[in-house]
Amino acid sequence: MGEEILMDIKKDYVLSKLRDGERIDGRKLDEIRSIEIETNIISKAEGSALVKLGDTQVLVGIKMQPGEPFPDVPDRGVIITNAELVPLASPTFEAGPPDETSIELARVVDRGIRESEAVDLTKLCVEEGEKVWMIFIDIHALDDDGNLVDASALAAISALLNTTVPAERFELGDDFPLPVRNLPVAITSLVVGDKFLVDPTRDEMSVGQRLITITSDKDDNIVAMQKSGSYLLSEQKFYELIDVSVEKAREVRELLKDI
Amino acid sequence: MKGDEFEVDKPEEEKLRKDEIQLIIDGKRLDGRDFNELRPIKIEAGVLKRADGSCYLEMGRNKVVAAVYGPREVHPRHLQEPSKAVIRYRYNMAPFSVEERKRPGPDRRSVEISKVSREAYEPVIMKELFPRSGIDIFVEVLQADAGTRTACLNAATVALVDAGIPMRGLITSVAVAKVDGVLVLDPMKEEDNYGEADVPFAFVIRNGKIESIALVQMDGKMTVEEMKKALEMAKEGAMKIYNLQREAIMKKYEAIEIEEE
Repeated sequence: MGEEILMDIKKDYVLSKLRDGERIDGRKLDEIRSIEIETNIISKAEGSALVKLGDTQVLVGIKMQPGEPFPDVPDRGVIITNAELVPLASPTFEAGPPDETSIELARVVDRGIRESEAVDLTKLCVEEGEKVWMIFIDIHALDDDGNLVDASALAAISALLNTTVPAERFELGDDFPLPVRNLPVAITSLVVGDKFLVDPTRDEMSVGQRLITITSDKDDNIVAMQKSGSYLLSEQKFYELIDVSVEKAREVRELLKDI
Repeated sequence: MKGDEFEVDKPEEEKLRKDEIQLIIDGKRLDGRDFNELRPIKIEAGVLKRADGSCYLEMGRNKVVAAVYGPREVHPRHLQEPSKAVIRYRYNMAPFSVEERKRPGPDRRSVEISKVSREAYEPVIMKELFPRSGIDIFVEVLQADAGTRTACLNAATVALVDAGIPMRGLITSVAVAKVDGVLVLDPMKEEDNYGEADVPFAFVIRNGKIESIALVQMDGKMTVEEMKKALEMAKEGAMKIYNLQREAIMKKYEAIEIEEE
């Protein structure tokens, strides 16, 4: 109950600030929190990245192993994305099987990587119809201060960028870097009344789960989209959100070029 | 947490994008439709006896049935909300509804579809009129041929009206796909499988006008301009479906009047 009252107070604060066109942390409405990306921090993993988006922290690890391809695409590697919202990351997370939030998180991140064809899966075929490389993208939330989706998507692509295919370990030739050829970036916004806040914090989310994630690729194509939360979105907002998200994604993508 | 975490998101999403599959021939789609043409739709309200409201709907080769129960007591009790009704939406596919038998029960895809569909209805259903109660929406896909989530939403709307649940508007849903570089309305299986993008929309329609977007998802690749055009296309298609939903509801009530005389 205490938590709920606190959220109500925060909500009033967020809304009153917003009436003056301001955010509680002083950011511009379309300003993303500071981003830090650290790669290769888990040596046991084939690739890894820790992303700090403000106080939100997500660790993504990539593991790879040979496996069977899908029958309809016998010559392509397989991507499997999973998200675990461990109780360490937030007082509201509980241990147990993945709930709809973590499933949605994993699927939205997965869609961006898959649909932008970020990984060249045709180069991950060992033996057509028999053996291909499987990429396991595991998203591990460490601290949820809002907008886990964007932090996870950024950590996922950063981790893929420094992934080495462990061919030697499986006696399948020499190790080689994972062929990554696109840079999908997810941008999530919180829709509040006639405004929207890019990259919302947890306190800002006290106004309600009214989110939309728009993922775009290096050529400014939209590759994934998800409206999430119980609210209605006007067409006008939808158009604005697309334009802003693509533009913001371009900014964030610059950071990936240094990896 | 066993098994499920390694469950593979099925190849349904694994688009082939094979160049040899031509989806647009001489300006027509494989099933002869124009780009902005819907598949044939059949809607019937009140098809189930036990449910408070129900609807059978066909959209092309999709066959779905929706049932609404409630407002009724919520079980388990701790899910009750003191000031409003709890909405639950369960999207489920019959094992025989697809080419290769689907393992029964919820997979990750159905969990996600159920979530976004529920979220589309939550702001539309007048929940505050039914504190401590629950409104359950169950949709079953009997035969799937792309666009099942849109077909289910369309059926659920009619079932909700049939159950007499007060709503601020009607939800109508349709998808737009990009195939062979052009946008097409209401994609069927082939277009969904081999197309370049798929964007399901759901709208709130009130007093015969589209008021807002209740659901939008997207996967594939589209330019910003195409996305904007896709929305316009979806809106036109949705208005046509909306009229069919209304007809189905009217027909049900006409039938009731005759019985009473």
